[in-house]
Amino acid sequence: MIKNKEELLQVRESAREQVAAYDCRILVCSGTGCIATGSAKIYEEFLTLTKDAPGIVLDFAPHDEGEHDHVGVKKTGCQGFCELGPLVRIQKGDEVIQYVKVQVEDCKEIFESTVVGNEVVDRLLYTKKDVHYKHPEDIPFMAKQTRIVLENCGRVDAESLDEYIAAGGFEALTKAMFDMSRDEIIDEVDRSGLRGRGGGGFPCGRKWKQVARQKEKIRYVVCNGDEGDPGAFMDGSVMEGDPFKLIEGMMIAGYAVESTDGYIYVRAEYPMSVKRLRHAIAQLEERGLLGDNILGTDFSFHLHINRGAGAFVCGEGSALTASIEGNRGMPRVKPPRTVEKGLWEKPTVLNNVETYANVPKIILQGADWYRTIGTEGSPGTKTFSLTGSIENTGLIEVPMGSTLREIIFDIGGGLKNGAEFKAVQIGGPSGGCLTEKHLDEPLDFDSVKKFNAIVGSGGMVVMDTNTCMVEVARFFMSFTQRESCGKCVPCREGTKRMLEILEKIVAGEGEMEDLDRLEELANMIRSMALCGLGKSAPLPVISTLKTFRDEYVEHIVDKKCPAKVCQAMRRFSINPEYCKGCGKCAKNCPVGAITGVRKECYHINPKLCIKCGACKDNCAFDAIYIEE
Amino acid sequence: MLDQSYYRKTDEIIEHYGRKAGSLIPIMQDIQAEYRYLPGELLTYVAKEIGIKEAKAYSVATFYENFSFEAKGKYVIKVCDGTACHVRKSTPVLEALWKELGLSKKKHTTDDMMFTVETVSCLGACGLAPTMMVNEDVYPSMTPEKALAVIEELRGKG
Repeated sequence: MIKNKEELLQVRESAREQVAAYDCRILVCSGTGCIATGSAKIYEEFLTLTKDAPGIVLDFAPHDEGEHDHVGVKKTGCQGFCELGPLVRIQKGDEVIQYVKVQVEDCKEIFESTVVGNEVVDRLLYTKKDVHYKHPEDIPFMAKQTRIVLENCGRVDAESLDEYIAAGGFEALTKAMFDMSRDEIIDEVDRSGLRGRGGGGFPCGRKWKQVARQKEKIRYVVCNGDEGDPGAFMDGSVMEGDPFKLIEGMMIAGYAVESTDGYIYVRAEYPMSVKRLRHAIAQLEERGLLGDNILGTDFSFHLHINRGAGAFVCGEGSALTASIEGNRGMPRVKPPRTVEKGLWEKPTVLNNVETYANVPKIILQGADWYRTIGTEGSPGTKTFSLTGSIENTGLIEVPMGSTLREIIFDIGGGLKNGAEFKAVQIGGPSGGCLTEKHLDEPLDFDSVKKFNAIVGSGGMVVMDTNTCMVEVARFFMSFTQRESCGKCVPCREGTKRMLEILEKIVAGEGEMEDLDRLEELANMIRSMALCGLGKSAPLPVISTLKTFRDEYVEHIVDKKCPAKVCQAMRRFSINPEYCKGCGKCAKNCPVGAITGVRKECYHINPKLCIKCGACKDNCAFDAIYIEE
Repeated sequence: MLDQSYYRKTDEIIEHYGRKAGSLIPIMQDIQAEYRYLPGELLTYVAKEIGIKEAKAYSVATFYENFSFEAKGKYVIKVCDGTACHVRKSTPVLEALWKELGLSKKKHTTDDMMFTVETVSCLGACGLAPTMMVNEDVYPSMTPEKALAVIEELRGKG
């Protein structure tokens, strides 16, 4: 039990000694991505190798007098470079070596060469254009990032409270509790200019101030971890990679607004986040850092986890609190706002994961320091998940105000297989598409709004010229339509009608008037829907219509999909030069649209063809192609 | 009629979360985790025990996509159709699974109760798109061939 500030300092002291005593630490990435590529087995393998090695002791044993090497095998949060997983870092003193795509068979070699010896296994280093990159910070993908929220991911054991404390964990909380008044804490957060990272960008300090002002004394602190935007996994990475930091941020909020209970609402699809958070909360309760009379003061704080049940709309504040209360997760009319009447009708501080994770550092280093990063209107950094048709997919953190070019080309390494850049979709189903001409615009909350998009939670999906923008708009609309909670008519009916029109266009049955109808509906939903999700649902259509109107017109007038994606518009043909007349295509055609004579070129009847592509998939000679 | 053991298990779950309206969703989640679906009789029972109307319990259970009144297969396969997976061709993976298992948009579970195939809107492993999840394990960089190999492997396990 850690009973007071002095005891916490002692724990930090001994935890630091413990971490410093390691001759070597093996840091195995245990984010969802690397676990999927098999990092759990790698962890086990290193554990066995370490245990079996003569002259090496696993972990630090106090009063150990022998001539041993201490080796630690640790599970860390996301190291960022998801596509090259499983990722392993070997740390000796200040030097860290990054290995990529490590397989179980490689562990022994790494152990013998790098852990026991001082050799580097070149073939497992990140290599680009014949250059081997030894240290993570040298890799271009990492070098251009500024990691504040993700600073511990990849460095400390995500499951160990001691390691978090050794890395400076809970210093911010003690500073807030013992050296600052409640007003000073809120003021510091307010002056830092931290804005809500969940998408809206509402000033965080103002929210806290409003809650602190309420007459009602029962208050709640709620964390929105319902990261529902498809293509976004930043908050999941923080929850599973540095759960203690999120919790510390929430505790500071709890202390500042005099709340005794906090709730973290985690998406059902993130079992790993739930597991790590539960583990973290259990450790904190056991050590007395969560519960009654924390650090010997009269501050008590209890933390609860609620799992989502598969409703995107629960990412909206009032729907989320309704869900915690055990109701259907439907948004309600505002005002009253969440700061006045939130969870159980009590004043509630509701922020998302990344926002809370920013708080400890702001308290510790001050608002002025924080404002040196990012832009005037949007200070600090932002995490993005970089995915789609891009060379380096993964989790990144950059200062606000970075340009798309820096993110996509410098960090992301450009498009996959040298494809041509077409657009980047940001902000998920509530966001929009930015194109070539936006590449050099600084990215922050305010600038992106000008282009009919939002920073949103930070999902960034890069698209190349093989992507059909009409199909993308249809994809997002089908998502929001399916996820509409059905409470208000504009969203429930409007998204349905918009989806029908888009489906008609991709099926090759669109007419020019449809574009006007789409615009009319989009504007109607944007201005009249009940909640933020409804209001932003038409954004993907509005932004693609604006930027890629030609593509819509081609679908409607020429009945052609320039990216050759829309099935109904594909025209399959057989190239007589390659066709050997084997008849396999005719056999595979489900509708008998292919006819011909053996050993002569076969023919597809376009009137019968249903464009399923079965012939193309089965042709042994690549003779079947889609016409331009 | 459900066996008495179902009610005993449900009692345990209710005790754990407490007899209050706010416990409804976690209780239903645990029941579903135990039996791979939400038996209607148990929902009625839970409503009575925690003091809410049966209609309310049903309205909540039907609102959330994760709750199912139909039994699911031993292996629940969720094919990710989030944006990143979609642009990296997740649809052929889904179609291959449907074809192999004789399932469709309407029919989600095989008759032998081995497999349920669903789509999900993002598993948070976008760096490895397209992905799918079998129960709680995420499988990276799927292709139709790899997905079918996973099915073979699971069939082998029984």
